[in-house]
Amino acid sequence: MSDAVRAESTDRNLVTRWWGRANTIDPRYLIAFLITLVLVAAQLRYHMLGSYDRLVVALGVCVATEALLSWFDRGKVINLLSAYISGISLTLLVKPQGGALWPFAVGGFLAISSKYVLRYRDNHLWNPTNFAVAALLLLAPDRVSVLSHQFGNDLTTNLVIWIFGLIIAARVGVLHITLTYVASFLLLNSVRALALGQPVLPEIAPITGPMYQLFVFFMITDPRTIVRGKRRQIVVAVVIAVMEALIRFASDKGWPLPTAFNVAPAFLALALVGPVAKWLDLHRRANFP
Amino acid sequence: MPYPRRPAVRRAIIAVPFLAALLVAMRLNRGPDQALGDAAHPGFVLRDETSAAGIHFVHHRPTFDPKIANIEPHVAALGASVSVADFDGDGRPDLYFTNSRFGEANALYHNRGDGTFEEVAASAGLADLNKPGEGVAMGAVWGDFDNDGREDVLVYRYGYLALFRNVDGHHFEDVTEKAGLRRWVNSNGAIWLDYDRDGLLDLYVTAYFRSDIDLWHLATTKIMHNSFEFATNGGKNLLFHNLGGGKFEDVTDKMGVGSTRWSLAAASADFNGDGWPDIYLANDYGPEELYLNQQGHGFVLTTAGLESESKSGMAVALGDAFNRGRLDAFVTNISERGYLFQNNNLRLNEMAQSHRFRNVAEGAIADAGWAWGAQFGDLNNDGANELFVANGFISADRNKDYWYAMSKIAGANGRLFEDAATWPSFGNASLSGYEPSRVYINRGVAGWVDVAKKVGATDLYDGRAVALADLSSRGAVDVIVANQNQPAVLYRDYPDTNNHWIAFKLVGTRSNRSAIGAEVVLETGNLRQRRVIDGGSGFASQNDRRLHFGLGAHEWVDRVVIYWPSGTQQVVLRPAIDRFVTITEPER
Repeated sequence: MSDAVRAESTDRNLVTRWWGRANTIDPRYLIAFLITLVLVAAQLRYHMLGSYDRLVVALGVCVATEALLSWFDRGKVINLLSAYISGISLTLLVKPQGGALWPFAVGGFLAISSKYVLRYRDNHLWNPTNFAVAALLLLAPDRVSVLSHQFGNDLTTNLVIWIFGLIIAARVGVLHITLTYVASFLLLNSVRALALGQPVLPEIAPITGPMYQLFVFFMITDPRTIVRGKRRQIVVAVVIAVMEALIRFASDKGWPLPTAFNVAPAFLALALVGPVAKWLDLHRRANFP
Repeated sequence: MPYPRRPAVRRAIIAVPFLAALLVAMRLNRGPDQALGDAAHPGFVLRDETSAAGIHFVHHRPTFDPKIANIEPHVAALGASVSVADFDGDGRPDLYFTNSRFGEANALYHNRGDGTFEEVAASAGLADLNKPGEGVAMGAVWGDFDNDGREDVLVYRYGYLALFRNVDGHHFEDVTEKAGLRRWVNSNGAIWLDYDRDGLLDLYVTAYFRSDIDLWHLATTKIMHNSFEFATNGGKNLLFHNLGGGKFEDVTDKMGVGSTRWSLAAASADFNGDGWPDIYLANDYGPEELYLNQQGHGFVLTTAGLESESKSGMAVALGDAFNRGRLDAFVTNISERGYLFQNNNLRLNEMAQSHRFRNVAEGAIADAGWAWGAQFGDLNNDGANELFVANGFISADRNKDYWYAMSKIAGANGRLFEDAATWPSFGNASLSGYEPSRVYINRGVAGWVDVAKKVGATDLYDGRAVALADLSSRGAVDVIVANQNQPAVLYRDYPDTNNHWIAFKLVGTRSNRSAIGAEVVLETGNLRQRRVIDGGSGFASQNDRRLHFGLGAHEWVDRVVIYWPSGTQQVVLRPAIDRFVTITEPER
């Protein structure tokens, strides 16, 4: 065997070993790694946090709430990784008026406590961050907005996050959900644009934005709130995309929706469709095990 | 083991704070109850006396190449400006408004001294400046660049710069070519400053669109910013050194101040106390920039804490926000409830201690809608600055809102929205239109309180430039607002009469005659306040040369220190109050 062939073989073995080792890691650690990567890149390159006290408040409230409520509900403090992911996500997504910190505190508490309150058959129904962001946008639109363009509108950053996101989504086994949603988004919004006689590019442009990166890699693919079964997961992803397209159509027509629907149609679509799908899934599994 | 044992009961218990948190979010959405501090007694009223003063100026927005018709309302949303200068030397401040459509005239309002104005732009030679091939006016700044005792004026345009020399206090001569300033710059701002302290006013011009772009004959529609936060593909700002003899030299690269961010406004003062004027930039689609003057040999771009928040800087106003004897910066930004909270910045100047500015804008002052021009001024003469903020972007069809369309494009990749052709069509939609101005009074620990409605600033025009001037020399700071595509407004200030005041007219000798860049620190009792004579500030505006200080109940002034641009420090003890005081710079 030549040196070149041997080196290539060694390289391939390394990748295989790395991928094999990655398969043994709890998927939540991979997700936590990805969201941390997004946070660090966003802060180092774009100073997008605004201030570190937001991060401290959101993380602190999420972790403390999880620790307290899990102890109260289950008699033990559970793994706090999920709270960590929620805290980082909220820090990235919530954009308050002025220097207000309360949206991070209230949002953090809502995110985690929703898991303990809004339950069916011992499962929570909403992705915690999705619930908190949707609730804040609906209840406090005069004080809270959502991440819109804070990643520099930069192709390189987009690519880095998409590449890591796709690899980790594949490892976690939810890549089909991400790809289904993205394909549905592109198709449905192209159709919507053509139907309305609008240029297509602005209608599909939002998918390249940071809000959607967080959406497709952290919310819609949340292992705890997706339905069981690959086919059903694909169907739900399509339904969420359809709901979003309908919301956007209503916004196009100027229908008097709450501002939250115009600002974050994907989040609202998931907040509406996700829990219903999960409830139906849990109900079906209970009745037809 | 926690209690109780039944899960349903445990969750019911958790549901209580959960529901409470939802209610808290709803309550906090309403914001704090009004009348923090003492909003009920602002101590002044503003009366719209535009018509009574004989000011009938209406701004007209430009029209551009049909290739960008889809977003023309957005691209053409600038150009209303107002600047103050006593062009005829009669001791009374006059007003100059720019227009922005081919064939529409700029207006020069001569202050008659009886509360009324007469429009004299045509006879002065400053009216007909909006012409095909030349460009359309975006603003003007006044300064005596040749130190002959008469205020000259630079008009910046989307097009060629135009410098006019004041010939005799009534007529102006176009000296652009002779001065070496005939440059095509798509500019929204300019300031006079004497960066090398040679006694001659130099000129800093900000550029918005690239200078190779002719908005009426576009070779490409790729003219827009390539990022909503960190765009650097704007026009290159320019610094012109005044050589004397009516000549200017482009020293931009030599001095290192050629920012290509989308600068909308500049202001100059000695922020770090080294005696040399620095340059502060408010940039659209990017962070603010501070260029520190290296003793006239060049500038260094310093971070000073400004790099951490990239927003859409629209204007920069300088003032002593908390009577600390330092010039702080207020930079306006965009906020639209539900969509975007970029929040205004009130940056406290802490350059002396930490080489940084610290943003302390919170609450009402952080969100003034889509805010444009702003100025600090003591409208109630209580010894603390108020802030007047004009705002509103495009007021068109009230039932059509472009924000939803904007939210789609803003999250996209930069390459996409750099091309104007890919933007959703504006049509007749509004974008943050019909917003009332904000008038903030400073209530110390209680924060800044908006009293606009209370004091009478109630118009819903699309405000752009704000200038302050004591138009009748009566110890009151009047507010003049230039509105985009709409009539200008003059708000006369009527402060409570129980407060005292003093105002200074400075005449430079070793420094430039206009005394632009001179800083005055007034001290009396526990009151200490600094002001600067601006060569342009806010957005597309320039204030009264004369510096007005409210004194509250103080019946005397201990002392006044004047920091002249030449480096001379002058102390004046116990000047008489409730009047204008003229101070001439010592020859040596």
